[in-house]
Amino acid sequence: MDLKELIVEKVKEKFGSALEEVTDFRDDLSLTIKKDQIVALGKFLKEDPDLEFIMCRDITAIDWATRKKRFTAVYHVYSFKLNYTLRLKANIDDDPPTIQTVTSVWRSADWYERETFDMYGIKFINHPDLRRMYMPEGFEYHPLRKDFPVLGIPGSLPLPKRAE
Amino acid sequence: MGLEAKLQQDGFITTTIDAVVAWARKSSVWPMPMGISCCAIEMIAAADPKYDIARFGSEVMRFTPRQCDLMIVAGTVTYKMAQVVRRIYDQMPEPKWVIAMGACTSSGGMYRSYSVVQGIDQFLPVDVYTAGCPPRPENLLNALMTIQEKIGKTKARDFQNRTLADLELAQN
Ligand code: SF4
Repeated sequence: MDLKELIVEKVKEKFGSALEEVTDFRDDLSLTIKKDQIVALGKFLKEDPDLEFIMCRDITAIDWATRKKRFTAVYHVYSFKLNYTLRLKANIDDDPPTIQTVTSVWRSADWYERETFDMYGIKFINHPDLRRMYMPEGFEYHPLRKDFPVLGIPGSLPLPKRAE
Repeated sequence: MGLEAKLQQDGFITTTIDAVVAWARKSSVWPMPMGISCCAIEMIAAADPKYDIARFGSEVMRFTPRQCDLMIVAGTVTYKMAQVVRRIYDQMPEPKWVIAMGACTSSGGMYRSYSVVQGIDQFLPVDVYTAGCPPRPENLLNALMTIQEKIGKTKARDFQNRTLADLELAQN
């Protein structure tokens, strides 16, 4: 069986209607899952003996600005066994945006989720240490959101007082 | 050198304290290499044998601010880093000078964005700005010579009677 068919088949069988969308664009397979199933899906992909997606390579998000489900969390996971990179997505509709952390599945998700929190303000529930990554502590905004001006918000980042 | 010849003739020379102190100061400017990003590579190149910053008495790059009197800010200063740069500057003993090396430190450079300070003169008193992205080592040496010229004009009393409050050693 084709590799992608195998993955989709297995996930469909296990998650049924929680699997919202499957896209295959230029050989990149993406699975869109209901957001409350993301940890279960990660665990399944990692532990299934035929798949073994043991590496989480990247976590980021998309800000759609005008959509009702404004944010989409995006995960890239990799299987050494299949030599294949799979993309997982979860649409987030609540405000402020929240989603369960996948650090219990992949430890490497820790800093990726911190970065995503810093840039998009998505709160990862049960994350062990959800602090900002790039921006200083105490900064109130999330720079990669579409409504954040590229030149920043004047006065939001304090500078030291000018010496004489 | 002329000095030895002079001493052999008469055994003494006359000058002013100001001139001697300024000459000593400008001939041994010890830099604090604040190399934050790519400009730092050119700053390092200025110290290598080809450009040889030692010709100007500034080869002693000190990585502790307590032993420096010139801060070379070489690189993009973000708002987060600005606090650190200023804290290191505050630890340097007076008198002290600052070179803003490169477009980033002088004006924000190509990073017209929310995270980069648009010119370090917003929080540091800059003496010389150096153009370029990155400036060539010659350009940095030129900045150093400009600083030396500036130091040569100072008088010892320019730096007297400064209280701690003046120096703003207290945290901002
Ligand atoms: S001025 Fe250019 S070389 Fe220097 S730090 Fe900025 S980007 Fe890098």
